[in-house]
Amino acid sequence: MDASKVVSMVPRIRIRGLGKIFEGTQQVVALQNVDLDVQENEFVTLVGASGCGKSTLLRIIGGLEYHTSGEIHAGGRPVTAPGADRAMVFQHYSLYPWLNVIDNIRFSRRLRVNREDLTSADVERASGRADALLNLMGLSSMSGAYPNQLSGGMQQRVAIARALMPKPEILLMDEPFGALDAQTREVMHDLILHVFNLEKATIVFVTHDVEEAIYLGQRVVLLAPRPGRIDTIYKVPFGTDRQQDLKHTREFLDMKREILERIRETSGMKTDTHLLDKMSAT
Amino acid sequence: MTTVTARPSLWSIRGPMTQRRYWMFAAVGLLTPILLWWGIANSGWVEKVFMPAPGSVWARTLLWLEEDNLLGDMAISIYRVTAGWGLSAVIAMPIGLLIGTFRPVQALLEPLTDFIRYMPAVAFIPLVMLWVGIDEGSKIAIIFIGTFFQMVLMVAEDVRRVPSAQIEAAQTLGATRSEVIQLVLLPSAKPALLDTMRVTMGWAWTYLVVAELVAANSGLGYAILKAQRFLQTDKIFAGIILIGLIGLVIDQLFRLAHRKAFPWMHLKS
Ligand SMILES: Nc1ncnc2c1ncn2[C@@H]1O[C@H](COP(=O)(O)OP(=O)(O)OP(=O)(O)O)[C@@H](O)[C@H]1O
Ligand SMILES: [Mg+2]
Repeated sequence: MDASKVVSMVPRIRIRGLGKIFEGTQQVVALQNVDLDVQENEFVTLVGASGCGKSTLLRIIGGLEYHTSGEIHAGGRPVTAPGADRAMVFQHYSLYPWLNVIDNIRFSRRLRVNREDLTSADVERASGRADALLNLMGLSSMSGAYPNQLSGGMQQRVAIARALMPKPEILLMDEPFGALDAQTREVMHDLILHVFNLEKATIVFVTHDVEEAIYLGQRVVLLAPRPGRIDTIYKVPFGTDRQQDLKHTREFLDMKREILERIRETSGMKTDTHLLDKMSAT
Repeated sequence: MTTVTARPSLWSIRGPMTQRRYWMFAAVGLLTPILLWWGIANSGWVEKVFMPAPGSVWARTLLWLEEDNLLGDMAISIYRVTAGWGLSAVIAMPIGLLIGTFRPVQALLEPLTDFIRYMPAVAFIPLVMLWVGIDEGSKIAIIFIGTFFQMVLMVAEDVRRVPSAQIEAAQTLGATRSEVIQLVLLPSAKPALLDTMRVTMGWAWTYLVVAELVAANSGLGYAILKAQRFLQTDKIFAGIILIGLIGLVIDQLFRLAHRKAFPWMHLKS
């Protein structure tokens, strides 16, 4: 994408000086002074040590958590509550087990926001969309199955299709593939890239898997913990058309090493080489 | 070389069991106490007044049925239990839903309910007689007091158990507060709620005898109390066993309803 064009666009998500403090028996500064712009149709991944505030940042964008300082805008509007423009995909337990696959995907159709002033053409288009998403996710034969009959990978595909159904401007994903095995995860990566190119959504994706973060993201945002803050933003130099063998290229591996190294440094858990030597000596 | 096929032992932790085996064990579990009872009662070690034989309990049951309006006693007891429990359910459901959904309501009502539920229902009898009188209402009131407060807490817990990811997914799809309640919280909690109803129905039956202490002149509990006065041990046995059987039937009906109402819960992948 042309860099000068990106700068001139109004960002989809605009975050300035954002802070979040959890009050409790112990005060936790989950986020401090976060500045971040996410452009329209951009795929941004968030990585960082456990507890650095990735989920908190994502949930604030989704309106599921309130920030305690700074400001955040999505689509030019200040974020105050969850809304249909920002759909969220969770790691698990988010499907409705009493609804079958197609009804889960169509869930947003039952909500008032999507029921007002509907023409029959709209309704037809919507059911076409549900079927299209079902196909896109490779679930056509599973339309009538219930969530607890599906594998973990299929469940996440349903969750993604359900989130895409109302055409959200922003798709927020919190470790959506965290519970899947390596093979399934690879399939999901290519699927989500395909969806991203097709749907022209803006995606913010949290993961602890650096390889996943680079393979999917156009930018990788590294958060550092205690207090949670943005440490480094890496621009991923690969285009939109990515294949699995990209992961074995020199450029990719170097970037992965660099980011992993930095996460270790920020988490204060730098590998103790001395200790490792001692252990391998015995 | 011999092939060794691994056979899971019956006694492996959470090991598998065939349906047939299950019912064999169940039959042993149910029949053994009856056999023991029969053996002891007929051995002559224990006086008949303390422990009547199964045969005489059966004979007493038939007599009760033919001459003493057993069916009437059963009907009125079922009515009292169901009415007290039903009244509990109708009020506890919305209150529990509110406690499980809104924090202020929880703070307002949960500690209070927790406090009241420890008060013994029996101790309320004099108050109930004073406030409600001594007719049908008082028996229903005792069963209500015995079940209501527990039920509120259990309903609240059922609602709280709904995974927050289910709620938040709906919110980020644009669901309003009332839509979240109607389309997520309620359907998600329904199976657990039906289980709560089943369990509390069991408790309601345990309050029957207490309830029929209050100026009753009919009902299974009343019959047991009256039999005690005349030292008719066989009738006491008959009454207790009948209450157990009715409970068992109702419990199975609830389980059947659960399977019919929530087939998706009983699917195997
Ligand atoms: N509801 C809450 N109340 C209090 N503290 C919280 C709450 N949610 C998160 N925190 C704290 O805020 C910090 C950031 O948490 P967050 O879940 O955002 O981290 P994360 O980067 O997503 O971690 P992980 O990789 O383990 O998922 C942590 O220290 C966490 O303990
Ligand atoms: Mg997290």
